[in-house]
Amino acid sequence: MTDVEAQAQHTGLAHQFQDLEQQQEADALGIWLFLVTEIMFFGGLFASYAIYRWLYFAAFEGGSHILDVRLGATNTMVLLGSSLTMALSVRSAQTGSRRATVAFLIATMVLGGIFLGIKGVEYNQKFVEHVVPGLDWAPEGETLARLAPGGVEHGEMYFIFYFAMTGLHALHMIIGMGLLLWLVVRARKGAFTAHYFAPVEVVGLYWHFVDIVWIFLFPLLYLIGGRY
Amino acid sequence: MIQTLPFQPEQASTIAKSVDDLYFFLTAITLFFTALIFSIIFYFMLKYRRRSPDERPQAIEGSLPLEVLWTAVPTVLVALIFVWGSTLYFRNSEAPKGSLEIFVTGKQWMWKVEHPEGQREINELHVPLGRPVKLTMTSEDVIHDFFVPAFRVKKDVLPGRYTSLWFEATKVGSFHLFCAQYCGAFHAGMIGTIIVQTPEEYESWLAGGAPGESMEQAGAKVFQANGCPTCHVADGTGLGPSFLGVYGNPVKLTNGQTFTADDAFLRECILQPATRRVAGFAPIMPPFQGQLTEEQLNNLLAYLRALGKAAPPAKAAAAGGGKS
Amino acid sequence: MSTATLEPQPRVRAPLNYLNADYGWRSWLFTVDHKRIALLYLVSITFFFVIGGSFAVLMRIHLTEPQGALVQPETYNKLFTLHGIVMIFFFLIPSIPAVLGNFLVPLMVGARDLAFPRLNLLSWYIYMVGGMFTLYSAVAGGVDTGWTFYTPYSSTYSNTQVTAVAIGVFITGFSSILTGLNFIVTIHKMRAPGLTWFRMPLFLWSIYATSIIMVLGTPVLAITIFLLALEHLFHVGIFSPALGGDPLLFQHLFWFYSHPAVYIMILPAMGVVSEIIPCFSRKRIFGYKIVAFSSVAIAVLGFLVWGHHMFVTGQSVYAGLIFSMLSFLVAIPSAIKVFNWTATLYKGSISYDAPMLYALGFIGLFTMGGLTGLFLAALATDVHLNGTYFIVAHFHYIMVGGAVMGYLGGIHFWWPKISGRKYPNGWAALAAAIIFIGFNLTFFPQFVLGYLGMPRRYAFYPPEFQVLNVMSSAGATVLGVGYLIPLIYLIWSMRYGPIAEPNPWGATGLEWKTASPPPTENFAEIPVVDEEAYDYAPKPIAQPQEAPGD
Repeated sequence: MTDVEAQAQHTGLAHQFQDLEQQQEADALGIWLFLVTEIMFFGGLFASYAIYRWLYFAAFEGGSHILDVRLGATNTMVLLGSSLTMALSVRSAQTGSRRATVAFLIATMVLGGIFLGIKGVEYNQKFVEHVVPGLDWAPEGETLARLAPGGVEHGEMYFIFYFAMTGLHALHMIIGMGLLLWLVVRARKGAFTAHYFAPVEVVGLYWHFVDIVWIFLFPLLYLIGGRY
Repeated sequence: MIQTLPFQPEQASTIAKSVDDLYFFLTAITLFFTALIFSIIFYFMLKYRRRSPDERPQAIEGSLPLEVLWTAVPTVLVALIFVWGSTLYFRNSEAPKGSLEIFVTGKQWMWKVEHPEGQREINELHVPLGRPVKLTMTSEDVIHDFFVPAFRVKKDVLPGRYTSLWFEATKVGSFHLFCAQYCGAFHAGMIGTIIVQTPEEYESWLAGGAPGESMEQAGAKVFQANGCPTCHVADGTGLGPSFLGVYGNPVKLTNGQTFTADDAFLRECILQPATRRVAGFAPIMPPFQGQLTEEQLNNLLAYLRALGKAAPPAKAAAAGGGKS
Repeated sequence: MSTATLEPQPRVRAPLNYLNADYGWRSWLFTVDHKRIALLYLVSITFFFVIGGSFAVLMRIHLTEPQGALVQPETYNKLFTLHGIVMIFFFLIPSIPAVLGNFLVPLMVGARDLAFPRLNLLSWYIYMVGGMFTLYSAVAGGVDTGWTFYTPYSSTYSNTQVTAVAIGVFITGFSSILTGLNFIVTIHKMRAPGLTWFRMPLFLWSIYATSIIMVLGTPVLAITIFLLALEHLFHVGIFSPALGGDPLLFQHLFWFYSHPAVYIMILPAMGVVSEIIPCFSRKRIFGYKIVAFSSVAIAVLGFLVWGHHMFVTGQSVYAGLIFSMLSFLVAIPSAIKVFNWTATLYKGSISYDAPMLYALGFIGLFTMGGLTGLFLAALATDVHLNGTYFIVAHFHYIMVGGAVMGYLGGIHFWWPKISGRKYPNGWAALAAAIIFIGFNLTFFPQFVLGYLGMPRRYAFYPPEFQVLNVMSSAGATVLGVGYLIPLIYLIWSMRYGPIAEPNPWGATGLEWKTASPPPTENFAEIPVVDEEAYDYAPKPIAQPQEAPGD
């Protein structure tokens, strides 16, 4: 191949672009546009949540008090930490430090895994308490007492949103983990240099977005009515 | 006999003509502008057809005056149509006072009608000529729609809430009733007949075969049978508010909101009282969701409407007379 | 443009182009060339058009008799549901963007491909997977909810393949989103040197506006369908009153996307018309900037009017007022476009080739369809007309009379570029005329039916509506014949049509400056643009050029 083609391959310039700058700008615009679509996607869900919360505040408050705030808060810290490691990974890629890039990517995956693990514990707890709409809805005892003031059916509505919102969020996390794994594999092979690290940046933006969605979910689901 | 003219349904209500007037104006506009565009295009196509392969017409960038003109004219036109359509709509949106109030329940795939005097019908609705009729409607299952082309009225009928429409018939006869919101397998079969009679015929129809109990009377029985008077004492001294003078008037809730005590509000109060805690009363009313049929609810509402016409008890009901 | 000769073309070795650059199914199914992906879409959407059209044929046969001539009511309900779903999500929404947009956007901006070619191929696969789910739902018992999926019928009461088709529509939505994303980035970042925004062909403006809607609106459909599927699958009550759910919330969420969706379907067709009219009048479009801004205005305003589908739901009269006013406003930019297209013809040099006939047919039918929208934007008349055949006629005038004719016009205009062949203009003009006539015969009676009060989605109807129904069905036969004809001669032309030169129409635009069909890399060298769009003003006659590059 020619020198130009060799350089293009080395720098990762794709054939449809004229130069690396055009490619980087296109990649950046692309991921930001994609995040806008994600905002619209979650936005519909948040809007529906807002309407039902306004209509059935007491029920939502009761449902919220059934969740474990400590686990939720821990997960929030974990995810914020993972955003930090992700940002450090991008920075390492920017400075061309391959080992640091890989290390921070792995750290991000570990923290993401912890988040998902805690989420799993929480979901399991919901089955124990029989507050899983559609699959196991039979609240009793103290759980039922919390839901009764607002109406048990409306409490079920709260939990539908709890599972839909955290479930979709978790799905996005899992996809993110897959992307991180792909990045780790490529980074170890030396695919990223100080001149070419766009994929790390793009996945980083995605990861930060998923984190921000959680920052909204936590107060909306766990902290209704305020009790601490 | 059900009659339809070739291009226009019969005008059998007080609003039909005014709706048709707007419709015909819009038809005229459509035909005018369609003809205008078509003819201009035809004319240009012929007059400026290519006569030789080397023709190169001069460029014309545009013309701001023309753009303003053909922006302003449509804007004025649609503004006119908007005002016309909205005014008509607003005027027709509220039933006149003193309307005959009839309850309609839609369910797959039939219409159930209940007159205040207790007379019940299936897929038919008898109404008197020349008197406004207000329908309060709900569905037992999916969304339906009550549509009478000859009256130019239509309203969706929803589960879990009330919608209403009103009309005043101006012609004696039989008119189509259609369900106009797809509701499942026999949506096309959910049709009926509106039978408009002279007031005398209507009275004699009501008298013949009526079950002898008005909706209000049936509602009073439901009220008693479910233990409502235990708390809802008429003189305002009970644990729950009295219903005298309540229907149609504002009610203040514990969360500070104020609602009008209409059908929808009262329905929620009965079925899910947790969402409608009235200020000044203890939050102890149990929910009746699933314990009352739509028919019982309709009868209850008729009863509450009747109570609403009476004066409130001496101790103001809103301040509450119960122990809190 | 000459009519075809009867003898097949002499076997000349065609220059290397995107069609013959590589052979074998792998070179097509794993391509990242936007032009090949456009053809993949062309084949698949034609396939879905035939399926959706077959459902329509069955429906119109059935409706010739008041009691229903062909099928049981439950089956009829499935037919109109799947007709709507297939036609809207698998034909109309992708049609022009995925076929013509994919093919032309890189060429028109002067680039070698879209910004994300592999994402483009992924979009097609996503579309096909969604289509497979939908086909599965059709053969595994069908869906009977109407394409609008109103709750609680679709979520709680229907026992048809709601989940399967919901998955299908959900998945296909992502194809739309990614295509739109690709176009926006390409238009922003990959325009050739000298190609400023206001030198771009209006087709690009339309595609850009369409892409904005695709990107912002489709995700809301996705979440709505997701919640619907949840409710159907797990018997929970998000939209069902038994649990305090609100069936109208579904309608708000659904129409928030589905109204802008109709602008996804019409804006690209308008863009096609904006290309054809100048070319066949040999004159710059009248009011270029106004037309460009109108496209964007339609996209923006289109997001604000969804409540006009819900005037009779019992929603607040004040909400109705606002939505009515905004619905009237969104009509204005479309009217402006119609006037500008017409003014372009003034003092032009007009030729009657098939693309022009389709474009002119579009203007006439879109004008009629759009004006009937006024009846529906006006609150008082909408009360009477909502849920009747008037609505059906209105949207078919826009979607079929408008969007499909725009699509066919675009196919005919760019066919020489896409295939390297020309088709017989006589047959094409005849087909355009048959389609125009058949279309009006089919759908005009439906306006009358609606006003008379015949509701839509009725598997059987009172006998007094029969005459108009039979008229409509008769027209549908003509329309069906009209659609078959291009299918035949376009396929015929791929082998027997005369070879097309790079610019058979003498049109402006970068896509015409490269060979027909283009080489895989589109241009030997990235062009530099130094002229305005639609620069048809007098200059020496262009000689037929040698195809640039090998």
